[in-house]
Amino acid sequence: MLAVIDSYLAEAERIGAERRRDPAWVARIRREGLERFHALGFPTTRDEEWRFTSVAPIAEGRFALAEDGALSARRDDLAPFEWRGDLAATLVFVNGRYAEAISNAGRLPRGVRVESLAAALPRPTTELEAHLNRVAIGDRQAFTALNAAFLVDGAFVHVPASTIVEAPIHLLFLSTGEAQPTMAHPRVLVVLDTNSQATIVETYGGGAGAHGYFTNAVTEVVTGENAILNHYKVQRENPSAFHVGAMNLRAAKNAHVACHSISLGGALVRNDVMAVLDGEGAGCTLNGLYLSDGTRLVDNHTTIDHAQPHCGSREIYKGILAGRARAVFNGKIVVRPDAQKTDAKQTNKALLLSEEAQIHTKPQLEIFANDVKCTHGAAIGQMDDEAIFYLRSRGLSEHEARHVLIRAFAGDVLNQMPLEPLRLCIDAELVRRLPEWRA
Amino acid sequence: MDNPVLLVENLHVRGGGREILRGIDLSIGRGEVHAIMGPNGSGKSTLARVLAGHPEYEVTAGSVHYKGQDLLAMDPETRAREGLFMAFQYPVEIPGVNNAYFLKGALNALRKHRGEEELDAMDFMTLVRERMKRLDIDESLMNRSVNEGFSGGEKKRNEIFQMAVLEPTLAILDETDSGLDIDALKIVAHGVNTMRSPERAMLLVTHYQRLLNYIVPDVVHVLTDGRIVRSGGKELALELEEKGYGWLEHVGCD
Repeated sequence: MLAVIDSYLAEAERIGAERRRDPAWVARIRREGLERFHALGFPTTRDEEWRFTSVAPIAEGRFALAEDGALSARRDDLAPFEWRGDLAATLVFVNGRYAEAISNAGRLPRGVRVESLAAALPRPTTELEAHLNRVAIGDRQAFTALNAAFLVDGAFVHVPASTIVEAPIHLLFLSTGEAQPTMAHPRVLVVLDTNSQATIVETYGGGAGAHGYFTNAVTEVVTGENAILNHYKVQRENPSAFHVGAMNLRAAKNAHVACHSISLGGALVRNDVMAVLDGEGAGCTLNGLYLSDGTRLVDNHTTIDHAQPHCGSREIYKGILAGRARAVFNGKIVVRPDAQKTDAKQTNKALLLSEEAQIHTKPQLEIFANDVKCTHGAAIGQMDDEAIFYLRSRGLSEHEARHVLIRAFAGDVLNQMPLEPLRLCIDAELVRRLPEWRA
Repeated sequence: MDNPVLLVENLHVRGGGREILRGIDLSIGRGEVHAIMGPNGSGKSTLARVLAGHPEYEVTAGSVHYKGQDLLAMDPETRAREGLFMAFQYPVEIPGVNNAYFLKGALNALRKHRGEEELDAMDFMTLVRERMKRLDIDESLMNRSVNEGFSGGEKKRNEIFQMAVLEPTLAILDETDSGLDIDALKIVAHGVNTMRSPERAMLLVTHYQRLLNYIVPDVVHVLTDGRIVRSGGKELALELEEKGYGWLEHVGCD
């Protein structure tokens, strides 16, 4: 294990040497991230936040930073992850590095920046310097610290005040096959100024030849007052991949952020969402769907921090598990002493398609204010036999009946996604994965 | 000679650890409407559900032939595709499955099985609108999830509406009248009556004679304790209404 950490240190040093043109504060983020990671080490199942999720396969793995992957990916590789419809811009990252040749900077409203961090870091804007690594706190999060240690590329999106970006911005992170398992630590920073609006889709996917690679992504979102963000994370990693992703957001007064998280692939997956409602009247929607089959493990941890009064949050997470899959859902809602008139609602449901599938689910409410409305509900169930019989009695095969019911279960989450072409693309991907899912 | 649509011979069925049907014989020909009446627990709903292929029952003896074929060898969807339809006593709520989408899928599964072309959305809606009018069903019902949040009456009407769209050869109505007020009952009965045809057989399962005022059967059977104890014309229903089931349980012992 120590030897493994040493190998991360060596890789990080190599990065530092490569990025001499970055300002000193960026080098400091990397150095402090590395130190922090070194002190924390990988989490173990003794850590409450990781009780059911052993990251041993990651901790014991040897991952190398990929060679610049831009040359190894072609436009054809992107097709499975794209959907029909207008796009404001598409930024493609191959093995964590920006691939300009297959990206499309698009036509953006005046003043809007959508660019690679690798390009932005050497000459940072005020917003980039003010917010990078400020929302994501790696003090106790080893993977976030590790991401900071390798902070070299990813995306920077800045929408200035009173600007609306109508079409979605697509950030596509693709891993391709290499001789040795690779790792990528992409960072995304989204800054929405007052009264601005945007839709951002982050897709994580693996090429056909990719095997056993490790993605450790960190996203930071900062909004100004009245800003509206629709954020989608679509995790379609290769089934052998390791994926750890942390979404950190801070919403200002009357801002609203929707985080749609669709988690379809990966052998070992951990998604964290940490939302701070940091101004009066701020709101967030956490809308999650995850699938797991075979022996895969998907862990979703969410935290909504109601830090100010009159904030609202709506959370629904649904999981579909088959085979010997395991899943974890931990939904924490914190209501600070000043956060009166908080209105929080959390629902999580899991559909188990086999006897062997397992889910650990835990709502965690920490309420320190007295005039609040907080509800939560959890339900774990199996397929409704009477509903299957009803559908069969009308002529649908048993297989079709099961599909219809699974899609209906997922529909609760998918139908909350306003971006219809993406929703249809995900629905098609869901159907494509279902044939393997006979209980 | 023409096969009866349904021929049940010496049918014995177990469910929930006990014998529920204890030797049923029943023959329904084309164009005929039969009613099965009986007290609670007599096994009449079990008969309906076994005919539809519900997996929770075990047939321990006897046979069922449908249009001359071995019905018990078919899975529920094959029965449906061959034109057997059961209106459920308790229609199942299926959140998230759109009523129109579901019914179009069902109809096209049947059409495909018969070697007919599948209907597109336009033709399907034309058909559906005509049938909805017949059953006084509001079009908004089509855009809701299957049975979700429907009132008792809406659920039963939706079953008959499905029947009107799927046009079965054998329709089994399992206590379709229960829980309906008189206005809803009349609408449902009207829907069923317009479906009567020389090509179609129907089996009405009911506890009360009331339904039979509106849908007049050709034959009435009385089921008690898993056996048909008496069969007769439509007058039998009136006699039952007057004398109660106790009278026939006595007859059954003769």
